[in-house]
Amino acid sequence: MSELLSGPPAIVAAGVEVFSTALRTQGADVTDVDWRPPGFGAPEDLTQLALDRRRASANRTAVERMLAAGSVLTDVRPAREVLGLPDRTLLHSGPPLDWEHASGPMRGAWIGACLFEGWASTVEEAEKVLAAGEIALDPCHHHRTVGPMAGVTSPSMWMWCLTDPVGGGQAFCNLNEGLGKVLRMGAFNDEVLTRLAWMRDVLGPVLQAAVRSRTEPLDVKAILAQMLQMGDEGHNRNRAGSLMALRELSPSIVAVDAASSGWSSSDIAEVLRFIGGNEHFYLNLGMPTAKLAMDAARDVPGSTMVTVLSRNGTEFGIQTAGTGDRWFTGPANTPVGLFLGDYGPDDANPDIGDSAIMEAYGVGGFAMAAAPAIVRFVGGTVPDALATTERMYQLTLAENPAMQIPIMGFRGSPSGIDVLKVARTGWLPQINTGMAGRVAGTGQVGAGLVQPPQQCFEQALAALAEESRRAA
Amino acid sequence: MSAPTDVADSVRHVSLRSGVYADSVRLMQVSREIGARPGVRAVLVAMATPLNLELAAGMGLAPDGDAKPDQLLIALSATDDAELTAAVAAVNTALAAREQTGEAQTIPSRTIAAALAEGPGRALAVVSVPGQYAVLEAADAIDAGSSVLVFSDGVPVEHEVALKRAAHEAGVLVMGPDCGTAIVSGVALGFANVVRPGPVGLVAASGTGAQQVSCLLDMAGVGVSHVLGVGGRDLSAAVGGLGTLDALAALAGDEGTERVLLVSKPPAPEVAARIREAAAGLSVPVGEAVLSADSPSLTAAVETLLGELGVDVPEWPSRPGTADAPAPGAVLKGFYAGGTLADEAMLLAGPVLGDVRSNIPLRPELDLGTDLRARGHVVVDFGDDALTVGRAHPMIDPTLRLEAISNLAASGEPAVLLLDVVLGHGAEADPAYSLVPALQAAGLPAVVALIGTEADPQGWSRQADALAEAGAAVFASNAQAVRYALDLIGERA
Repeated sequence: MSELLSGPPAIVAAGVEVFSTALRTQGADVTDVDWRPPGFGAPEDLTQLALDRRRASANRTAVERMLAAGSVLTDVRPAREVLGLPDRTLLHSGPPLDWEHASGPMRGAWIGACLFEGWASTVEEAEKVLAAGEIALDPCHHHRTVGPMAGVTSPSMWMWCLTDPVGGGQAFCNLNEGLGKVLRMGAFNDEVLTRLAWMRDVLGPVLQAAVRSRTEPLDVKAILAQMLQMGDEGHNRNRAGSLMALRELSPSIVAVDAASSGWSSSDIAEVLRFIGGNEHFYLNLGMPTAKLAMDAARDVPGSTMVTVLSRNGTEFGIQTAGTGDRWFTGPANTPVGLFLGDYGPDDANPDIGDSAIMEAYGVGGFAMAAAPAIVRFVGGTVPDALATTERMYQLTLAENPAMQIPIMGFRGSPSGIDVLKVARTGWLPQINTGMAGRVAGTGQVGAGLVQPPQQCFEQALAALAEESRRAA
Repeated sequence: MSAPTDVADSVRHVSLRSGVYADSVRLMQVSREIGARPGVRAVLVAMATPLNLELAAGMGLAPDGDAKPDQLLIALSATDDAELTAAVAAVNTALAAREQTGEAQTIPSRTIAAALAEGPGRALAVVSVPGQYAVLEAADAIDAGSSVLVFSDGVPVEHEVALKRAAHEAGVLVMGPDCGTAIVSGVALGFANVVRPGPVGLVAASGTGAQQVSCLLDMAGVGVSHVLGVGGRDLSAAVGGLGTLDALAALAGDEGTERVLLVSKPPAPEVAARIREAAAGLSVPVGEAVLSADSPSLTAAVETLLGELGVDVPEWPSRPGTADAPAPGAVLKGFYAGGTLADEAMLLAGPVLGDVRSNIPLRPELDLGTDLRARGHVVVDFGDDALTVGRAHPMIDPTLRLEAISNLAASGEPAVLLLDVVLGHGAEADPAYSLVPALQAAGLPAVVALIGTEADPQGWSRQADALAEAGAAVFASNAQAVRYALDLIGERA
């Protein structure tokens, strides 16, 4: 307060313009806020949260935990072992979902997983057991797991096992299959199943042996920080990150004692070729890295920070640090972007995948300025990329000093979405994403940009306000 | 996938180029651009990776022979040769096109939080958004460790208390809500006058009261360090003087402040006691210009302070009135823009005239309700919230008061017209311009309390001369103006 009186103040003004004009006439330093009424939310809910005495410190706590979390690669193991995933159980992306409400690519991925696991021998049989509810379905997020696109994870699939050395948390993600006709995009033909079998029999075990042979676990967070300085944003563009992961892992992969484990040198070569040929190989390491950070920020009463952004192809779901594992959902939007081949907008499925965890962490669409190439998905320009990131700073609680954006003067990426700020600005988080074909079995049709439906944030705001009233 | 391309009915171009690389996103963009041409049936411009070759084959546009992933595949089908040639040329143009570069457009801050994050040091937030949202912006400032002036009214009292408690914990100040006047290190906020810098700090629960006091001090050659408004409700029992206590502490800690004056309407008694107790413990002397039946004059409070400072009390500037004496039985019509000045007028007039009715009555039974044309002794506060709904404050927009003057003249009731005119930042640019013709048309004896300084944008003397020219008696002191009006009535009483 003594600071206030120590000299002419710099004025930051919101509201009637006449006051700013009068101040400028005096030669005062005036910054005008481009104020407008909140985008959504009942005034009494907004006020309740603004005046909640826990909020500022709770959000600081959530931010500190999110920023402090690290991520190292400790193991590679089948989901059956690492998650205790029983037979006839499938994990999927997004909030809870059943067969009846599932979209084409989600159904396609479930069908493919049933075929892969041998729970059905034909597509029709798979559809039948799934429709009959004979296969248990559960969100990845309920198992400290994330999965890109359909996120479908079955017991025989191998998982990256990551650990937060700071908070001790763990997070898991399956291995990336590459692009095109892949299970996570809803494809399930022989090509898909053959690749999944190879990943089960060769890729997974080789990676396990390689990862276990390292003296120092791979620092996955450090790669994410570096790739932002190399033109990636960590969601739709993972090229540099994938190459760095390959660089880090390849000596250990080559050193795997192939012969005594029953693999040939051509198996090892195929593993390296597969990783090197997949621009999104790193995504499945980046996502559990973000998941570790967001899980570290969970369960902070009074915090209005978003911990989960996630989609199942039908609904978009979010969770917040102040409301535990409760989902707030709304119908998923369909991304806008560019299409492969002669696919078009009519072929695209609504938004799908746990990969928006990257945006929750403050990279992906939030770090668009680091990857100007991405903004072309909607015909944008480099200045648009910068503007998108600039706008996201107004939705977030912190700048992540570990995730710097060179073109913005190495400013930390905008991190930790605040539900209250989303409501007040009326701006929704910007997400970069792949697009799956609407029809089961199609695979990827394009990539683009998307936003969550406002309903998620409306519900979260109301629930946070209700919790705040109860706590008062 | 969209309908299969009818290859038979179209012409094709499929080529591979080496030594050309473009980002896949850029190529998808080119493909879309070319695909939108009317004569183009299908198009794929992409690096010749296995995935893209598969897509091309699916479109019936596979290249002949071996393609390598570092080659650029250009595969097109079009309705005729002319279209095809044009489309291939368009691909070349699109691949060569340069994009716009340069600085990002600046994204304006939507909230006080975002603007403060941009980081001006020693920031003071000023909030004048609609009352139901003012708390959101004010809370931003407190979160960011900045003091805030809330001009907005209509903020519930429990929210005011919550804000002031949070500010106290954060070590910052909330001025307001409904704080119309402040001066911080010479920067005038809201309605405030251009006064000289000096040793007296004001804590003001009343905006026009603070303007009267600071202007009279200025006329006596004494400057102010800061004027910290706290909002009209701060000294109520509900708020308990939270803002006043913090403002007093802030001024006590300020090097430039040697003496503090508290300007207010009557506080709740228990709050007054708490404030006096706190003031006694401060390192600077704290005086009071608190209106009550026992101390009805702000001018007297200023004169007491001048005495304590050893400064001679000057003759307060005035202009004699030239109007005819009022008709027999004239009543007092006080039409005020400043609520505290209206209070002062009633406190001074009451003992002389008896009951004075008002929309801000001294006692509930004197309430005027909404009848601004009531006969008898009346004082109206045109700045009261009930009269400013949907319109600007009378210090900015004089329409309502000018109407009242005209109605009074038309009623034929014999009266002495008593007005305040408040100058300074935020106020009307030339109040005399609209008031002079209204006074001339009314033809009633008029007395004006002209609150301002020579340095104000409107200039005290310029305004005083213009008003005197129209026959009004003009006083820098509201108390003197009231007494002069009472004398006019008294001569004929």
